[in-house]
Amino acid sequence: MQCQTGSRGSYVATTRTTAGEPLERIERLASENAVVIFSVSSCCMCHAIKRLFCGMGVNPTVYELDEDPRGKDMEKALMRLLGASPAVPVVFIGGKLVGAMDRVMASHINGTLVPLLKQAGALWL
Amino acid sequence: MNSPSTELPRSMAIYEQFHHISRWGDGFDSNNTGSSAIVPADVGLKNKAEYISCEQVEPSISDQETNKPTDKIRRRLAQNREAARKSRLRKKAYVQQLESSRLKLAQLEQELERARQQGIYISGASDTGCFGLPGTVNSGITAFEMEYAHWVEEQNRQICELRTALQAHVSDIELRILVESGLNHYCNLFRMKADAAKADVFYLISGIWRTSAERFFHWIGGFRPSEILNVVVLQIEPLTDQQHLEVCNLRQSSQQAEDALSQGVDKLQQSLAEGVASDLCSGNYKAQMVDAIDKLEALENFVNQADHLRQQTLQQMVRILTTRQAARGFLAMGEYFHRLRALSSLWAARPRESG
Repeated sequence: MQCQTGSRGSYVATTRTTAGEPLERIERLASENAVVIFSVSSCCMCHAIKRLFCGMGVNPTVYELDEDPRGKDMEKALMRLLGASPAVPVVFIGGKLVGAMDRVMASHINGTLVPLLKQAGALWL
Repeated sequence: MNSPSTELPRSMAIYEQFHHISRWGDGFDSNNTGSSAIVPADVGLKNKAEYISCEQVEPSISDQETNKPTDKIRRRLAQNREAARKSRLRKKAYVQQLESSRLKLAQLEQELERARQQGIYISGASDTGCFGLPGTVNSGITAFEMEYAHWVEEQNRQICELRTALQAHVSDIELRILVESGLNHYCNLFRMKADAAKADVFYLISGIWRTSAERFFHWIGGFRPSEILNVVVLQIEPLTDQQHLEVCNLRQSSQQAEDALSQGVDKLQQSLAEGVASDLCSGNYKAQMVDAIDKLEALENFVNQADHLRQQTLQQMVRILTTRQAARGFLAMGEYFHRLRALSSLWAARPRESG
């Protein structure tokens, strides 16, 4: 059940913890930057995905969920979103969900990742 | 007893008569001062046993002694030489036998070690304690080993079929079927490996399921996609400009993905080492072990992602190329691995210098 806490642009800090809130926070954070990665600082696959983008010359915005007080809820929300565990790493490009490591790698190999990055303004020719 | 008229024949006749006695008799120092030094020691003992029986005969041949010892000495020298030669030959044969047994032992020890590493999943001695279900661990890996052996056989058959089809210039439709089979065959391998990774990821990472030359190129549980692209691309020229560009992009993105995964594995190694090595002096490691097990489970993820990358690269390769080019590509790939396996066999069977 979604809880309307206002439009994206006017998020207000609240102590209510309804089901939709973490997901909305995720979506809001994802839309603020061209490339957004949700990660856990001790996760090595997260490290790998960060290195992948850095290696391509992209500067992603990384949110370490283990360093966020609401991180646990966000992790659960991401798991529901992806329909799988583990919840991290998850990548959003241009505010849209791309997916976990396998989706990111698949799109890089089939040549769709770079145009997506260019479109979002994360990569220039 | 004979009594020859001349001295020489007499000595010879007497020599003949007392031949078998004199062989024992020559060992007595009191009668043969000249020859005592050259009689072999093993004859000496027997001589002592026969001493009494010979003593009676000795007085009658004492005046021929000066002639007999020369022949006897010469004969004895010859026998000594012969005995020594035979002894040396026996010793040489014995040493050679020891050497070859030593080599055989080393070989058997190597085989045993190899079988032990693979067969530990059958005996399930030390590793199963951590997994709780020994049966599951054993069967997962032994099942993979059997399936992989069949996979290689099928791979070789497919290579032959591809080669025949390309040489016979069959239609594109038929080639398409072969290309799809080739791709499917690799997908099957990655599926098998996913199951094996659940059973024991270290087994896949070690590369022990592959031959030695293949293992030299091992990367996170299998072949490195960009390396294979390099191998294949040379065999499928000519490519159009568009294809060249796409192949370059594929190679680059594959390399970037490989680098990223490699760095992830490096971080995992570092993290694991730090975890296991914390608080070494206290000797208390239970907490560290639990933490380490969690980290090792992450390794399974990396092997799966590496296989996923392999599959994606192969699929993209097929997309870029024409049917005929893709068929040649799969043939090249299959032949390349086949040669690496053959190289491993040759290497193992090469003659080695004996120490």
